[in-house]
Amino acid sequence: MKFQSSRADGICIIKVDEHRIDAAGAIDFKEGVRTQLDGWEGRVVLDLSLVEFIDSSGLGAVVAVRKMLGAERNLELCNLSPPVEKVFRLTRMDRVFVIHPNRPEPLRDAV
Amino acid sequence: MVIPARTEDVREALCRFFQAMGADLPTPEMRFNVELVLAEVLNNIVEHGYRDQEGEIELVVTPAMDGLLFNVVDRGHPMPNETLPAGLLPRQGAVEDLPEGGFGWFLIRELSQDLEYRREAGRNLLSFRIMDKQPVQL
Repeated sequence: MKFQSSRADGICIIKVDEHRIDAAGAIDFKEGVRTQLDGWEGRVVLDLSLVEFIDSSGLGAVVAVRKMLGAERNLELCNLSPPVEKVFRLTRMDRVFVIHPNRPEPLRDAV
Repeated sequence: MVIPARTEDVREALCRFFQAMGADLPTPEMRFNVELVLAEVLNNIVEHGYRDQEGEIELVVTPAMDGLLFNVVDRGHPMPNETLPAGLLPRQGAVEDLPEGGFGWFLIRELSQDLEYRREAGRNLLSFRIMDKQPVQL
């Protein structure tokens, strides 16, 4: 599982450089994000612009990342493709995350 | 098609299936429904039915009224009580209690029609339809 991450102005943005977060990749995803966030205390944004498909195992892995951050920090998501957005909406998990249509400023141009 | 019961093989089978089926899936919504329901059904068999054994899954797809009919057969463990799970959405609570699973059967039930299961001669037989257009929900 590949990622591109950058840190600026208190925000760590992690772009998932894969087309799928599915049952075959869920554990790799979780461990990969954990590595990317090692020692980071600030805001966390997952950029899902390249992800075209997520299943319930992939959704569970994103929830696991949310839990990794603890109660004090939320997990922010941005650039959800229509199929990914639909899975979050159908399962009501869109209420659990902060979802941005685009990258939050000031990271619009990063990566 | 026959799929070895491993998550990597399920992913590969789904990719092959959509390469072959492309033109027969009229809308992006139909494609989404088919891909998600198949992923949930097949991975459920891998993770539960064949949890402690190797095996194969047979998938047969036939055109049906207003959509596609899917028949899925495996020789893994039966469903608990030989009944399909209710597929209720897991409860959301405090952050530490957020559900990391339990969405699969909810999604299958939400996006398919005429879902039927029976255990017969050591095999699990599952069938369902996915329609071109979702029926209007009243």
